[in-house]
Amino acid sequence: MDWLKLGYAALVIGLIIFIFPAVKYWQKNSPKAKLDDWLAFLLPIGLVSILVIGLIWLI
Amino acid sequence: MDNPRLHASSAPRASALSANKVLRNTYALLSATLIFSALMAMVSTILNVGHGTSLACSVAALLLVWFVLPRTANSAAGIGVVFAFTGLLGFGLGPILNHYLNMAYGSEVIATSMGGTAIIFLGLSAYALITQRDFSFLGGFLFAGLIVVLLASLAGIFLNMPGLWLAINAAVILIFSGFILFDTSRIINGGVTNYIIATTSIYLSIYNIFIALLHLLGFASND
Repeated sequence: MDWLKLGYAALVIGLIIFIFPAVKYWQKNSPKAKLDDWLAFLLPIGLVSILVIGLIWLI
Repeated sequence: MDNPRLHASSAPRASALSANKVLRNTYALLSATLIFSALMAMVSTILNVGHGTSLACSVAALLLVWFVLPRTANSAAGIGVVFAFTGLLGFGLGPILNHYLNMAYGSEVIATSMGGTAIIFLGLSAYALITQRDFSFLGGFLFAGLIVVLLASLAGIFLNMPGLWLAINAAVILIFSGFILFDTSRIINGGVTNYIIATTSIYLSIYNIFIALLHLLGFASND
């Protein structure tokens, strides 16, 4: 087994352990969203997707 | 004489002024750390450092943000920690940048990724600032998505599946774009009052979007 792969796997496991308290906190404490909140989120994310597809097409 | 109307109107104004100050300090520190990080990336590219050094830098950066930053974030030492953290991550970019620089259109791929990341960051920040909307409802969704992406990355390290890596990189761009909205709105709405923590969060979003975009564009240019 490549030691570098094991090192990267250990780093990813470390990241999961590091962010886990934040995951638990935000799962419990995220405010409830309405439909227009999600639409306000999906609009810029949709534009980001179009930009990325455009860049892939350009390169 | 105590005037309740004065208090009622000055409290939100004081809060808005405080949020503006955090935002201004965050963007100033973010600009400085991005320049420093880019310089460190340039140095590591010139030195042609290996993947082992890159991994060691990432581990050291994780340890800094995990154990040192929470203890120093409320003092001037926190600024030094943020520079060390961003410098280490920038230095760790050397092998990836050298890989793309050795490709036929590698420098174009790197420049396009940088430009794309800048457009995404500036556009999303402007959107969050103009709309003043509270995106804190995204917290649970974004962190759950991040856990899924990290678990998929763990599988991807051992499974040689290019399709999986493409999907992971696309998801990373969308999740960290969401984090830019989330972090910026938390600063505007007073959820984050420490500009050192805010800078670290936004830097990580920019860093991850840049790397994911680099991999996607590298793949698209027949890497």
